[in-house]
Amino acid sequence: MTPLTKYGSETVSTWLDAMQKPLAAVLRKEPDAALIGIRRGGVEVGRYLHQRLTPTEPLGELNIAFYRDDFSSIGLHPVVGPSQVPFTVDDRHIILIDDVLGTGRTVRAAMNEIFDYGRPAKITLAVLVQRSGHELPIRADVIGHTVELSSEQYIELNASDMSVSINERRA
Amino acid sequence: MSLPDPQFNQFGKLQHFIDINGLDAAQLTHILDTAEGFAGVNERTIKSVPLLRGKTVANIFFENSTRTRTAFELAAKRLSADVLNVDLVTSSTTKGESLLDTLRVLEALQCDMFIVRHGESGAAHFIARHVAPGINVVNGGDGQHSHPTQGMLDMFTIRRHKGDFAQLCIVIIGDIRHSRVARSDIAALVALGAGEVRVVGPHTLMPADVESLGVEIFPDIDKALVGADVIMGLRLQKERMRSATIPSPGEFYRFYGLSPERLAMAKPDALVMHPGPTNRGVEIAANVADGPQSVILEQITWGIAVRMAVMSIIMGNSEAARATLASNDAAARSTSA
Repeated sequence: MTPLTKYGSETVSTWLDAMQKPLAAVLRKEPDAALIGIRRGGVEVGRYLHQRLTPTEPLGELNIAFYRDDFSSIGLHPVVGPSQVPFTVDDRHIILIDDVLGTGRTVRAAMNEIFDYGRPAKITLAVLVQRSGHELPIRADVIGHTVELSSEQYIELNASDMSVSINERRA
Repeated sequence: MSLPDPQFNQFGKLQHFIDINGLDAAQLTHILDTAEGFAGVNERTIKSVPLLRGKTVANIFFENSTRTRTAFELAAKRLSADVLNVDLVTSSTTKGESLLDTLRVLEALQCDMFIVRHGESGAAHFIARHVAPGINVVNGGDGQHSHPTQGMLDMFTIRRHKGDFAQLCIVIIGDIRHSRVARSDIAALVALGAGEVRVVGPHTLMPADVESLGVEIFPDIDKALVGADVIMGLRLQKERMRSATIPSPGEFYRFYGLSPERLAMAKPDALVMHPGPTNRGVEIAANVADGPQSVILEQITWGIAVRMAVMSIIMGNSEAARATLASNDAAARSTSA
């Protein structure tokens, strides 16, 4: 299927640069702030930023399958690798990273999971793309790119070449 | 004509977990991968996830078993389910209430999942066939037939230490004939493509058809242990000794006990496993059961994650099926209107 729109890796890297700047400022002020990516797209974005920002802590990874709110309609989502948070969350500034912020449900689930690791001092939400379609009062603090999409359209990160494409669901 | 396997719902998804037979390598691997996620949860400060919030899991035990019941109870609680422990060893069933009557009573209590432990082979299967739709059944051990969650936690423990099953030589020692654990382990190992599965024990404790399960019989334990990556002991039930199927505990140990000398014949990094409770000095020497190669206590720990995986997979499949049927109904109503 050919995507409606495709953003090549050069364009996407300008979005990543746009995220890097404010996050670097956070880490200068709070050197023990830590990055956590949401599997899978958020971990890809997280890896990219982690390499460039070089914070003291390794990148955390969350698999939110056990915290999703659609268990009663979809069942258990595949567990693509367990969550790994190799640092204490208590009193730490957590930079939560995802590829796309849409409804906000994934971030809600991720925040619930983070609080089962401890009580963070603060959570900053950083996303590569913030799209339209919010269903919860959740907005990103750091945004690479903003896009308006219809409810039939979806946007995804292709981790192999760090490009982004917009597709349409067929009825 | 054989009836369809009640373990699967109309969409071909697992809805009950009664027996490892009937599941293929992909389905077993899915359980193991999911359990890997839950193993991480059990290492956190807060060891529970909200998956089964509002659901009720009933542990229905017609046969005593503190360990299995405790492990299921903890697994259900860590999924945020409410847990009901129903001890039927000394209850109405002894007063003449039939299994089906008991089942109807428990259904009326509006439980969502039954964990069934029963002394009769086939009991969990029977319950799965007769239970009200929407209730999931997990076999917590039935007679000499099957103990599938024990089988899966054994596979999980082996995979964590040894990785690829195809490269492994696994030796199972003892009372194979009466052991539901051995049956489930063999079924899982064969389905997962284990390199070689050897069984060792007195011929009185060996099932007649054991080779048809895909294993090789070794009459001599010393030969069987050469090259072993994993050694699995089984509990020798005292009643077998009384019924004189074996001569005496001391003699059993002399011929089939896992002593330090015998352990030395296996690969130096061979794992020692046992479903517990162990009869020290009968199936296994105390210093082997407690030794550095033993993963007996680890098996208990991983049993929680594996049971969390099984419960959440089957309940999730039933929830998804319910939602699909409801939306199909709604679609049918709107087209006929």
